[in-house]
Amino acid sequence: MCAWIRQSSSVPVARRAGRRFSAPRQLLVAGLLALPLWLIAASSASAAGAAATIQIENFTFTPAELSVEPGTTVTWVNHDDIPHLVAATDKGFRSPPLDTDDHFSFTFTKPGKFDYFCALHPRMTGTVVVTKPK
Amino acid sequence: MNWAGTGILWGLAGGLPLGIGLDKALAAEATAPQPFTFLQISDSHVGFDKPANPNALATLQEAIDRIKALPVKPAFMIHTGDISHLSKASEFDDADKLIAETGLRVFYVPGEHDLLDEGQGKAYLDRYGKGSKGTGWYSFDQEGVHFVGLVNVAGLAAGGLGKLGPDQLAWLKNDLGAVSASTPVVVFAHIPLWSIYPEWGWGTDDGAEALSNLKRFGSVTILNGHIHQVMQKVEGNVTFHTARSTAFPQPAPGKAPAPGPMKVPAGDLRKYLGVATVDFVRGSQPLAIVDRPLAG
Ligand SMILES: [Cu+2]
Repeated sequence: MCAWIRQSSSVPVARRAGRRFSAPRQLLVAGLLALPLWLIAASSASAAGAAATIQIENFTFTPAELSVEPGTTVTWVNHDDIPHLVAATDKGFRSPPLDTDDHFSFTFTKPGKFDYFCALHPRMTGTVVVTKPK
Repeated sequence: MNWAGTGILWGLAGGLPLGIGLDKALAAEATAPQPFTFLQISDSHVGFDKPANPNALATLQEAIDRIKALPVKPAFMIHTGDISHLSKASEFDDADKLIAETGLRVFYVPGEHDLLDEGQGKAYLDRYGKGSKGTGWYSFDQEGVHFVGLVNVAGLAAGGLGKLGPDQLAWLKNDLGAVSASTPVVVFAHIPLWSIYPEWGWGTDDGAEALSNLKRFGSVTILNGHIHQVMQKVEGNVTFHTARSTAFPQPAPGKAPAPGPMKVPAGDLRKYLGVATVDFVRGSQPLAIVDRPLAG
């Protein structure tokens, strides 16, 4: 389950909301009513209102390089049967150990190139590039 | 020689005098002394509960039961890391409680799964690090053999493999400098000190520098864990050996997309898990390492 939520939980909430659309009618209505509220919550959570997800599967970060605008909340989700731990090379952020299905979010506010790796399996590496829109 | 009828031949095995029945002594080609035995256990991953083994504590219990049932009680035990799965106090508690059932003294080194607490290894050191240096390395002498426990899982660097670091390497050089070349040396660490499969992180970046300090010794045995399968290599006077996990198997190098837990048919799991016993006979062959799976 989502044991670790930092900064924002917009991505996992979106997933749960998505699942509700296949539910019976009453739930569908509830889901539709909840959706605008969720959109408002998400847009107020960060300046750009943007969110992005990095999947961890088979000891690999996908995408390995992700470009986002400042204010974007990036969420890493671990799909492996082994824990991983997302750590910035410059020590700017560090997740707790992420067991199966755990996720970790970090909001990138400043432009720059942010390298990170798995502190358990350091050959797993990735980069988040934060650039201002032109 | 006044052999006949005296019954006992005293020999020196691993620095300890041992009596051997005369029949046995006469039957043996040389005066082969009795070995002393120690035991290696690894990768308990207490807390792991995924499909590859939903109950890692139960298979550790089975391993402990087998150790208790060994016909010859080993002199002591070493644990080559990943005691816990997520460095939780409850996981260490559960492991300690079971391992204590053996009544054996245990020498630990950490695996990367044992340094996941907020203090990044403080919990491990508080519990197992008494008398150790740095992130938990140390040496000791037992039965005329020099044992060295190394830590190659602390402060790992992006893009790299296992790492000992300059402080530990300097300490190792100094520690071994005081040991005579005729002394058998046993080195143990979690991640293999030799390069098995760097693509999966199965090696130690500065392992070769550590090994360079061991070249002058007549008998060197390197014991590792981490890869959850038995692998052995002999290079000159150095024998490399990795142990099975008591928790879950991992695929052979390159035989899967990633080195994660390997699911095997339920009835086969115990063939992939186990412990190793090491028999040591002074002045004869290299250490005899016997890997014992939990099931045939
Ligand atoms: Cu990892």
